[in-house]
Amino acid sequence: MDYLYYPGCSSKGNGIAYEESLKAVFDALDVRMDELPDWNCCGATSYMSVDEWKAVALAARNLGLAERQADGKDGVDMIAACSACYLGLIRAQRYITDYPELGKQVTAGLEAVGISFKNRVRIRHPLDVLMNDIGTERIASRVKHKLAGMKVACYYGCQIVRPYATFDDQQSPVMMDRLMAAIGAETVNWPLKTRCCGGSLSGTVPETGLRLSFILLKEAKKRGADVVATACPLCQFNLECNQGEMRRLFGESLDLPVVYFTQLMGLAFGLPSRALGIQRLFIPLPAHLLSRVQEGGRNVRV
Amino acid sequence: MSGFNSSTNGHPPRIGVFICHCGTNIAGKVNVPEVVEFARTLPFVAVAKEYKYMCSDPGQEMIKHDIQQYGLTRLLVAACSPHIHEETFRKVASEASINPFLFQMVNIRELVSWVTEDGHEATEKAKAMIRAAAKRVLFHDELEPKKYPVKPGVVVVGGGIAGIHAALVMADAGERVYLVEREPSIGGHMAMFDKTFPTLDCAACILTPKMTTVRRHPNITVLSYSEVVEVSGFVGNFKVKVKKKPRYVVEEKCVGCYECIEACVFKEPRFPNEFDLGLGKRKPIYVPFPQAVPPVPMIDPETCIQFRTGKCPKGCVNACGDRDGIDFDQKDEIVELEVGGIIVATGFDTFDASRLPYYGYGIYPNVYTGLEVERLLNASGPTGGEVLLRNGQKPQSVGIIHCVGSRDENTNRWCSRVCCMYSLKLAHLMKERTGAEVYNFYIDIRAPGKGYEEFYDRLLQEGVHFIRGKVAEVSDWAMTPDEENRLVIRVEDTLIGMVRRIPVDMVILSVGLEPQRDAQEVTKLFNISCSTGNWFMERHPKLAPVSTMSAGIYLAGACQGPKDIPDTVAQAGAAAAEVLALTHKSVIEVEPNTAFIDERYCSGCQICVGLCPYSAIYYDEEKKVAVLNEPLCLGCGVCAAACPSGAAQQHLFQDEQLYAEIEGALVGVG
Repeated sequence: MDYLYYPGCSSKGNGIAYEESLKAVFDALDVRMDELPDWNCCGATSYMSVDEWKAVALAARNLGLAERQADGKDGVDMIAACSACYLGLIRAQRYITDYPELGKQVTAGLEAVGISFKNRVRIRHPLDVLMNDIGTERIASRVKHKLAGMKVACYYGCQIVRPYATFDDQQSPVMMDRLMAAIGAETVNWPLKTRCCGGSLSGTVPETGLRLSFILLKEAKKRGADVVATACPLCQFNLECNQGEMRRLFGESLDLPVVYFTQLMGLAFGLPSRALGIQRLFIPLPAHLLSRVQEGGRNVRV
Repeated sequence: MSGFNSSTNGHPPRIGVFICHCGTNIAGKVNVPEVVEFARTLPFVAVAKEYKYMCSDPGQEMIKHDIQQYGLTRLLVAACSPHIHEETFRKVASEASINPFLFQMVNIRELVSWVTEDGHEATEKAKAMIRAAAKRVLFHDELEPKKYPVKPGVVVVGGGIAGIHAALVMADAGERVYLVEREPSIGGHMAMFDKTFPTLDCAACILTPKMTTVRRHPNITVLSYSEVVEVSGFVGNFKVKVKKKPRYVVEEKCVGCYECIEACVFKEPRFPNEFDLGLGKRKPIYVPFPQAVPPVPMIDPETCIQFRTGKCPKGCVNACGDRDGIDFDQKDEIVELEVGGIIVATGFDTFDASRLPYYGYGIYPNVYTGLEVERLLNASGPTGGEVLLRNGQKPQSVGIIHCVGSRDENTNRWCSRVCCMYSLKLAHLMKERTGAEVYNFYIDIRAPGKGYEEFYDRLLQEGVHFIRGKVAEVSDWAMTPDEENRLVIRVEDTLIGMVRRIPVDMVILSVGLEPQRDAQEVTKLFNISCSTGNWFMERHPKLAPVSTMSAGIYLAGACQGPKDIPDTVAQAGAAAAEVLALTHKSVIEVEPNTAFIDERYCSGCQICVGLCPYSAIYYDEEKKVAVLNEPLCLGCGVCAAACPSGAAQQHLFQDEQLYAEIEGALVGVG
């Protein structure tokens, strides 16, 4: 095992294309990822606002389980791809160290169910692993078809850099842009890369939530983006699936594909599009873009 | 060897213990009467007393009186830090005819009452420290302070307004001054400014007369394009090594005609001028700015064709002709100076705005720092004083963002003190020169100087906009047609409670002040320390603001903390006065903390000989022992720490004194 993998609920549901493409890309790079056995909910944002200590305990159970996989080593690296999971797990670690009272309560709770917790897990984002452990050189050497001519707006969302900036700049992150450059794509200069996608407001107060998504997409399109690359299942969902409703609300049709950055990597690696969940997109990648990168120029839309 | 009988003529020693309340500073935490009772039980203590302010005249008189009455032979005062009152009580001792080194000070304020929460614990700690000192003082020897002649002359490091002013004050008083500046010209940041707040007098008009006076002053030697590389010695007797970097134009031969610059193979200036922060251009041979002192050009080997290829027609050499002032083979030159005192006036650096990418510096061409705008406004700057954007147009609206790299826990926590006022000055000048709408984005307006608040009022009258709120970002993201192709400032206006978007043509970042990038190396060079944020530390924030913990080394200007020009000049004058007070003494007394070597225990291993940083120890081949040349010893203690047989010892820190102190502190513990 090179890394433990914490999927989270989205990766098994509406964000399944993220997991599919992530696994395919890591396989292609010969990096082994093992799913954490018996994982549970990360606590996410909603539980946190109801009951803080239970939310932390819930996340910490995953951390305790991960420590069991350390194989006698000092610590273990666990990849969390979903932004909410990534933040939820890191926040649990920070709360336990920063607030000793809460920490005692949580560790005691875990011990009661036979899970020891020593805070020895390093939570890693796939962008962090790809850029800092694997490196652009190894990634570039795996590229079969450069995504030349594809203009990508890299969208990081809020949670992977705020409030804890662990591997990139808090306001103006660059890792995904560099990764896209390594697979031959062109990135657009787009100052909205960490601006809110609307989050859960898209469901609860759509006029507000959808406006936030619309602002992002409109600006990306204005700056010539062919596609928006995301690193979060909720961002991807908000930006892609609500475009019809946005058209109704704001009277403008955008038709901008929104993909996971791992899907673009997979395409550049020449992996079969089904293995990358490309067929699950509601707004398909335009044929002229795909034909450029797919062998034989097949239109792969299913 | 010393022992506690050595200076008591065979009689048992008699210790007096005097414990200070320091008002409520000590007595508010430590149970002083209990400590007095305890002190009375210690061996050889003849008297123990408390007093509200031991440093006051009645306090001192009481000690003197008791020394006589009780026939005391050792003195112990438990009060504040020895930095503050050790000298006071040593004087009391000697006035009452006890050798001042048979005294020990115990700090029960900074080390006990101020830093201990629990009163009982504080009282116990005070007792332990007094018990330790009462054991230690038994082993003290009678010593005499060492006296050294003071050398004349002062080195001033840094040729900004602080260094210039200090140099002139001292030179006028007849002192020999060496002004060392690492840039090609003196003048510092002030030389870059256009106007100065709040009076709006031209910076050059008030600075250049001082610069030329420095150059002409018979008592000042300017060492420009030079850096201090080594400092040794001690107060009154410093040795300073200065490296003169090659400027490839011989200063002594140059008359400042600048014909060499005219004759350069590059007909037009092509390379970014450092003095204009890259906004203007210069040739490979250049003077940084017209009023430079010394007015001697220099050659940049990175861009000079002769240095790069060796195949240049060398117009500069021909133009200089018989004066023969160009020397492509010039090398580093080391100058050694012997002086009595040193003033460190190394100034500040401005915050690197690219550290905050959300303000767009380095991303959008029309985002400038305040210092860059000073150059744009300056008549000798790259645009001749006209404010032009990078596309050559005049801005119609300008946003000035305050507190960039100040009052921010992500960058620097301190207030840089000058930014509010220089922002107001720039706002006024921008409005005057361009007629643009000017917006200031501020957290608070800090204008606490003479005429400063009035200047703020004036700006409000002039119609400059003030928006209270921290700017979230500067971007080129347009939401409406009037925002297209402009910079949009997003800010929460906290006075109306709304997020606003303000489109402007030009953004000025009021960058804060930071210590020089190499401040840490400078502290090592001069053996001074830093307070929080790497600003150089003064000996006392209120009572010794220009001295350092290293005697004979003084601070002036912004290297000690952010300061405007009036405060810098005032502090430079103060530093100059303090140095003069030192150099005008013929002799100074120095703590007798030198080493000594007891020949009886020396095995002749010579470890100390190699370790001594001052070459004060040599090996006597006949006697086969190490011998100390005491006048050279500066009391660093390295030999005493390294000596395997205990032969090398240091006065005031002898093994038996330290062991006695440790024993006293720990007796009864665990």
